[in-house]
Amino acid sequence: MRFEADTLSVNRGLRRVVQDVSFSLGEGEVLTVTGANGAGKSTLLRALCGLLPLAAGRLRLAGLGEGEDDPLIFREHLHYLGPQNAMKAALSIRENLAFWRDFSGGSDGLEIEQALRAVELPHVADLPFSYLSTGMRRRVAICRLLVSKKPVWIVDEPTSGLDRSASELFAGLCRAHCADGGILVAATHLPLGLGKAQTLAMETLFTVFEGDAFFDGEEA
Amino acid sequence: MAALLGRELRVALKAGSGALMGVLFFLAVVTVFPFAIGPDLNQLGRLGPAILWIGALLASLLGLDRLFALDREDGSLDVLVLEAHPLMATVIAKCLAHWLVSGLPLILATPLFGVMLNVPPLGIAAVMATLAAGTPAITFIGAAAAATAAALPRGGLLVAVLTLPLTIPVLIFGITATNGALFDPDPFTAPFLILLALTLFSAVLGPLAAALMLRHSAE
Amino acid sequence: MNQDTQTLSPAPSWWMRLANPTRFMTFADRVIPWLAGLAAIVAAVGLWLGFSAPEDYQQGATVLIMFLHVPAAWLAMMCYSVMSLSALGTLVWRHPLADVSLRAAAPIGAAFTLLALVTGSLWGKPMWGTWWVWDARLTSVLVLLIIYLGLIALARAIEDPVQAAKPLAIMTLVGFINIPIIKFSVDWWNTLHQPASVSRFARPAMDAAFLYPLLVMALAYTLFFFTLHIMNMRNEILARRIRVLKLRQAGR
Repeated sequence: MRFEADTLSVNRGLRRVVQDVSFSLGEGEVLTVTGANGAGKSTLLRALCGLLPLAAGRLRLAGLGEGEDDPLIFREHLHYLGPQNAMKAALSIRENLAFWRDFSGGSDGLEIEQALRAVELPHVADLPFSYLSTGMRRRVAICRLLVSKKPVWIVDEPTSGLDRSASELFAGLCRAHCADGGILVAATHLPLGLGKAQTLAMETLFTVFEGDAFFDGEEA
Repeated sequence: MAALLGRELRVALKAGSGALMGVLFFLAVVTVFPFAIGPDLNQLGRLGPAILWIGALLASLLGLDRLFALDREDGSLDVLVLEAHPLMATVIAKCLAHWLVSGLPLILATPLFGVMLNVPPLGIAAVMATLAAGTPAITFIGAAAAATAAALPRGGLLVAVLTLPLTIPVLIFGITATNGALFDPDPFTAPFLILLALTLFSAVLGPLAAALMLRHSAE
Repeated sequence: MNQDTQTLSPAPSWWMRLANPTRFMTFADRVIPWLAGLAAIVAAVGLWLGFSAPEDYQQGATVLIMFLHVPAAWLAMMCYSVMSLSALGTLVWRHPLADVSLRAAAPIGAAFTLLALVTGSLWGKPMWGTWWVWDARLTSVLVLLIIYLGLIALARAIEDPVQAAKPLAIMTLVGFINIPIIKFSVDWWNTLHQPASVSRFARPAMDAAFLYPLLVMALAYTLFFFTLHIMNMRNEILARRIRVLKLRQAGR
């Protein structure tokens, strides 16, 4: 399985935020996306998940067979960890994680207890999510990637709110994911301590569509 | 989908206020009417079905804007959209859950409010039947507007403004069927069947539009 | 997406050629004076025909309002059809100007709808002795006005016009599919409640003396609509170019 991008461009409204990004990741490989605030890291990651339309370029999850060219189809094989935690504050940790496990239909991931132990929070399963501190919430959000198994992780600022040891913990989980043949795309300011990572440094673009090309966000 | 339905219901019941707030608003609307038109029981009995319907219509619009906005705020919406399920099924499950916690309590509260408005028992039964047939349509139509407004500040008002004109047919046939049950020459079955048809139609159109909207505007 | 444009480009029909905003601007500049002039001439002819029409035996001189009122109501509906076509253009054919066209048409449609309501009300006063009756037609048009205003509110609520395009197109189509249903239900509601007062309104066949001025006025309104529509599209394109310049300035 390979995750490939060929000269991707992404627009937000009238602005081009990502221009001509290409990469090719094989099993066990990591891409770290770096860049200043507003450089388009989040936009790129959302586009990789098919959450934003591509203005140009191609995205491929090779080895999937039918639909490998269409982000709207292959995105079900991605785990996306966005800036928010995607957990309901009123529900308990167990309910939250069980929901995501059932909803993504995966039963081949870790048990909820195991996953919580992996992020060193074995004692919180039955507490409401809202009782946790920021760092603990983030760690629970990371658990979502563990309870159902998917080959590609796309994580946006995964360690925001995490202290040094928790970041180390996450880096360890990522290494385990890659050792298992997984692919990882991470946008982060902090070094994750991952070996043999490709790096994509993004720069802030101020390209606005010229004259005739700006209307649909497509090149005319 | 069962998982989603369960989660939505649990969230609504845990956060508590959601369902009860709708009923409370319903009660407030019903209470305000006699002050506006006078406490004459005969008149209230005549206008009762209409008052109940308007109250239920407004109350079911109340929570609609949060249908997707909350999921968007905590980031769940992205993950929901990402998963393998047809987006339309996800939307329908969310609508169903929303109706169960906000529409159904309104119907269950109708007998009490109906008695207060001096609506005869047959009328109350008719209002309950038409509400049960009609309020899902309001949720489904509103879902499209809610999906549009999920990302917007002051989205709630916009949802109401976009949804209300589209729910006029539901209101018309709901009231007509109720009056048909109460007053002899008017028919009940025909408008009631049209009401059901409207609901089924909305159950397709609304989620379809909402899914399209969520797919395109997950920015 | 890019492939779409590439497959389309080998056969540039005038339709796709206009997709280029610069070309559209030249086209608009050339066409607007002609359309506007033609609209004025046809309107003058229509009004002259209308004023020379005989007085209606029932309605007297007030029948003249019809020549302003009925075409406005027709145009209110036509404009929504134009918007729905534009919405399809955005969603299905990805025509770059479709979204501009939709946005430009909405306020014009709302204006024609309002005009239909106001003239209808002015007509209603001598006819029914009241400014407003909950007659099926008036009520449907009122609902149409609310839908127009809702769409305009939606368009203005999303700051970036390009990001607003798809939500706006989808809501426009939802409205389009619902309008016949609303019309049908309002008619149903009306037959249940309406006293006979309006029935004399429904005349079996319109006399040719009224029909011709009406048709000419409808043509004038249509020409006027397209003049306004193209002018407003031009404004919208200019507004977007200004936006681009400002964004570029922000980036410097």
